[in-house]
Amino acid sequence: MKPPRSPQFLARESYRIRRLMDAARFLPVFGLVLLLLPLMRGTSGADVPPTATETVYLFAVWIGLILAAFLMSLGLRRTLDPPKAAKPQNRPPRWPTSPQTRGNAPMSFNLLVLTCLGYVIMLFVVASAAERSAAEGRAGWLRSPLIYTLSLSVYCTAWTFYGAVGYAARSGLEFMTIYLGPTLVFVGWWVLLRKLVRIGRENRVTSIADMISARYGKSNLLGVIVTLLCVSAGTPYIALQLQSIAQSFTVFATDPVGASFATDRNLIAFWVAAGLALFTIAFGTRNLDANEQHPGVVTAIAVEAVVKLLALIAVGVFAGWFVASGPADILARIDAQALPEWHIQPGRWSGLILLSAIAIVCLPRMFQVTVVESTNDQHLATASWAFPLYLFLISLFVLPIAVVGMEVMPAGANADMFVLTLPLHMGQNGLALLSFLGGFSAATSMVIVASLALATMVSNHIVVPLWLKVRAAQNLETGDMRLLVLSVRRLSITLVLGFGYLYYMISGGSAALAAIGLIAFVGVAQILPALLGALFWRGASRTGAAIGLVTGAVMWFFTLFLPSFGPDVMLSAQVMNDGAFGLSWLRPYSLFGLTTLDPLMHSLFWSLLLNAVAFCIGSFLSFPSPIERVQGALFVNIFDRPGPARSWTRPVAEAEDILPMAQRIMGATAGQAFFREQAEVQGKQGYLPDITPEFLEALELKLSGSVGAATAHAMLAQTVGTAVVSVEDLMAVASETAQIMEYSAQLEAKSEELSRTARKLREANEMLQKLSVQKDAFLSQISHELRTPMTSIRAFSEILMEGEGMSGEEQRHFAKIIHDESIRLTRLLDDLLDLSVLEHGQVQLNIAPVMLRDLIDKSITASNSVQADRKFTFLRSRDPEAIEIVTDAGRMTQVFINILSNARKYCISDDPQMQIKVRQRKGMVEVDFIDNGKGIPRDKQALIFEKFSRLTDSMQAGGAGLGLAICREIMHNLGGDVTYVPGQGGAAFRVSFPKELRPRERARKAPRPQAAPV
Amino acid sequence: MIEKRVMVLEDEPNISEALRFILSRNGWRVDVSADGHAAIGAMRADPPDLLILDLMLPDLSGFDILRSLRAEAGTRDLPVLMLTAKGQVADRAEAERLGVTRFMTKPFANAEVIAAVRELAGP
Repeated sequence: MKPPRSPQFLARESYRIRRLMDAARFLPVFGLVLLLLPLMRGTSGADVPPTATETVYLFAVWIGLILAAFLMSLGLRRTLDPPKAAKPQNRPPRWPTSPQTRGNAPMSFNLLVLTCLGYVIMLFVVASAAERSAAEGRAGWLRSPLIYTLSLSVYCTAWTFYGAVGYAARSGLEFMTIYLGPTLVFVGWWVLLRKLVRIGRENRVTSIADMISARYGKSNLLGVIVTLLCVSAGTPYIALQLQSIAQSFTVFATDPVGASFATDRNLIAFWVAAGLALFTIAFGTRNLDANEQHPGVVTAIAVEAVVKLLALIAVGVFAGWFVASGPADILARIDAQALPEWHIQPGRWSGLILLSAIAIVCLPRMFQVTVVESTNDQHLATASWAFPLYLFLISLFVLPIAVVGMEVMPAGANADMFVLTLPLHMGQNGLALLSFLGGFSAATSMVIVASLALATMVSNHIVVPLWLKVRAAQNLETGDMRLLVLSVRRLSITLVLGFGYLYYMISGGSAALAAIGLIAFVGVAQILPALLGALFWRGASRTGAAIGLVTGAVMWFFTLFLPSFGPDVMLSAQVMNDGAFGLSWLRPYSLFGLTTLDPLMHSLFWSLLLNAVAFCIGSFLSFPSPIERVQGALFVNIFDRPGPARSWTRPVAEAEDILPMAQRIMGATAGQAFFREQAEVQGKQGYLPDITPEFLEALELKLSGSVGAATAHAMLAQTVGTAVVSVEDLMAVASETAQIMEYSAQLEAKSEELSRTARKLREANEMLQKLSVQKDAFLSQISHELRTPMTSIRAFSEILMEGEGMSGEEQRHFAKIIHDESIRLTRLLDDLLDLSVLEHGQVQLNIAPVMLRDLIDKSITASNSVQADRKFTFLRSRDPEAIEIVTDAGRMTQVFINILSNARKYCISDDPQMQIKVRQRKGMVEVDFIDNGKGIPRDKQALIFEKFSRLTDSMQAGGAGLGLAICREIMHNLGGDVTYVPGQGGAAFRVSFPKELRPRERARKAPRPQAAPV
Repeated sequence: MIEKRVMVLEDEPNISEALRFILSRNGWRVDVSADGHAAIGAMRADPPDLLILDLMLPDLSGFDILRSLRAEAGTRDLPVLMLTAKGQVADRAEAERLGVTRFMTKPFANAEVIAAVRELAGP
């Protein structure tokens, strides 16, 4: 029945989902508490519960967690993105039933080899079929959650298949930690894995190294560090698988033909390595897909997962029900066999749960299957309970096999081989063969995926960048990138497996399997701080990650990896016992005097602690580059935004430029197809889409699938020209922007300056126009002043020339007029020249001491000639006049005469009087000339000093109106002034000047707008 | 024959004396004045046959006098010969706009003035 979709329902629904999410976050914590609960009991004999009880308790908790995860996944599944492909068919592939040989005869070596070959051929067939289906788009069932979950079982390697029993035989329940840690991580998938998978898919991350590199500003340095770390940790692990296969061969092979081979384990290991390399190359490097997904490999791994599970369960059932008699008997046997060290040891128990939880996230091969090969978020929801269930089933029979083996097998038998030797010992050759195949499948699946993951990292982060650098340095023409990358990938696979083989040879295959696995776990665990920082801490920086990773790696190398070879192989016995440089606190197994932990926990503690501390300090102290901050925000807030990362902002290249590069990497056909597809999306025909940021984004994602994020970004940036590439580029862009801003600021300033200049020019122009008008007026005035006497002269000259009708007196009169007018003309010209000289300050002054009174006397005498018939009375007080002044006497006299003459001309009074008053004030002398006329009207007072200003008839004045203008100029030159003093009865002029003229006191001629003439 | 009367309005005494001499000698009766207001009043009462007008006068400008003469019915058609030392184009244009009969610049040739007076006032 369909539930009603009312708002209330939806609100309830969303509330329920939110509660579920909270529960999903809480579940792993809850699980951890339950799993650590056994540690609360005492350690003394009576308090320690029987091992069987602990076993039952732990398995019960385990299955409870799985159930809880299952129920939650049902609710949470709906919140996830729906699958993009068509409705998946949850039908597992059919595979040929495992070959079962009957009979008790020991199996020949040849038969074993044939079985292996047959099995591998079966894998080939399955993988090819899967690849074909995927290529034809019928890969629905390949994308099912079941396949995804089964592929995750690559976690269970030969170490699990063989080693877990051995581990259990030695240490009891402790082996469970290796599976409980991953269980907690998957049960708590909502917290970490969901984010990891989403980020990985959206950024098309190709490996864990690529992930770290992409997050921290697409730094290739980090990619290299992580790659080296993973290769170092992965190599022993691969060696472990080779060793287990070689061992299993020797266990089996008892016939003479095989014995000679079998005794030479190294040879077996070599051929196994070679064969696996071949398989991995065949299916792992078939093509260069943007998603870096390998449906063939994944399907093969899934098949192998079923094989190894079935094999282990078969052996377990055999041991539990055919050798022992059911669960109760097994539990009884467990207690009977239990050794003191079987009990849970608190430190190792919690430490190993933590370690394995870290490993499931950080192991390159786990990252490959969990993140890189993931196609759908919903798969994770299924895997959250299905994968723990798988681990549960794998672990279920480990202890039964171990205790039965310990009972049945002769003392001294290698417990690591119980899974194989027990059926063999009991004469169950068919079961033994199945078990052999299970072990073989566990080992091969791990080797295939691990070498694939490591090879991707090696080629993307080390070889290709190096090659690009070399190419850039030598400026070589690019060949087919695609072929190059594939070749590098193949070479890397061979190298990784070669290293594994080499490690196997060196270590001699002596160490217990479990130890090697755990060493690798601690190694990859060093990635955890950087990875968690990448997902949850925006402040995490590239520098911090690099420092943390290097610190952790060094610690791991020194305290675990190098010593693991045994004394005197990598580290001398002396260093092992006495510490590096003879410093006891640098002993590899008890660093800084920490002796209470066993080597594994000791190394885990120090390396992770120092790693995390260095990471945090480095991140706090360094400032992340812009691209780091962008990536950090994108990663940490992955669920807050819909689309993929946007970092291509400014397209600058043409599609024609990018297509060849893309074709080199993706292959000609795939490249063209992608371009055409993108063009279609944009609604364009042909192969050349517009270079939009979206297109570049898509292309970068596509390319990063092949060559890694950093390299893809760098290559695209190289081709495109600019855009966000590196810190340097960003800085270049930023400084360019700054330059533009600076430039525009300059422009602004310049334009301001220009407008200022323009304003000045306009003002100057206005001034010039005004001056021009004034000059025109002045010239017009001069013209008039010259023409006037000229008119009289010409008129009377003509009259005289005619020479008739005139008396002699008339003739003389006319001649005198001509003479007077000529003088007038001359005086006018003199005045003009004088004015010009005075105005330009070019006048030569004869400065000398002189009595003021003498000057006034002289002036009065001189001015008396003007209208000499008029009688003027001078009122003077002679004492104040008795001052010795230093000035140009001639010029000063000229001023006085001018003023006195004007008075004589214009003072209309019956009894004209002139009062002359002299006063001294602060080194200045003031001489006032005051007549008793009617004075100068107020509105003309300012005008009288202008050129050509005449208040009355010019002939009466007898001048051109330049007198007072000249006086003012003279007084300016003498450091003083002449002003009209209003309100004195008559006209009153004040002449003021310094008592002692020093050259510098000569007033600078100030530019003064000249008033239009009256 | 009735003597033609010419009024000379000029503030430069030497120039008005020259004009008076040459015009009287050729049979015109010449009145000389330097006072614009007085001259206008006189002409209103008894218009002469011709006015010789200076532009730059102390009280009124020649333009002012011309304007007031042209505004008056009795002196509207009075021939006016403008004689000026300011011979700019703008002054000539302004004078013609105000209805000047003839515009001449100083200094002048006596014969030209006589010819103009003969033409405008009649012999």
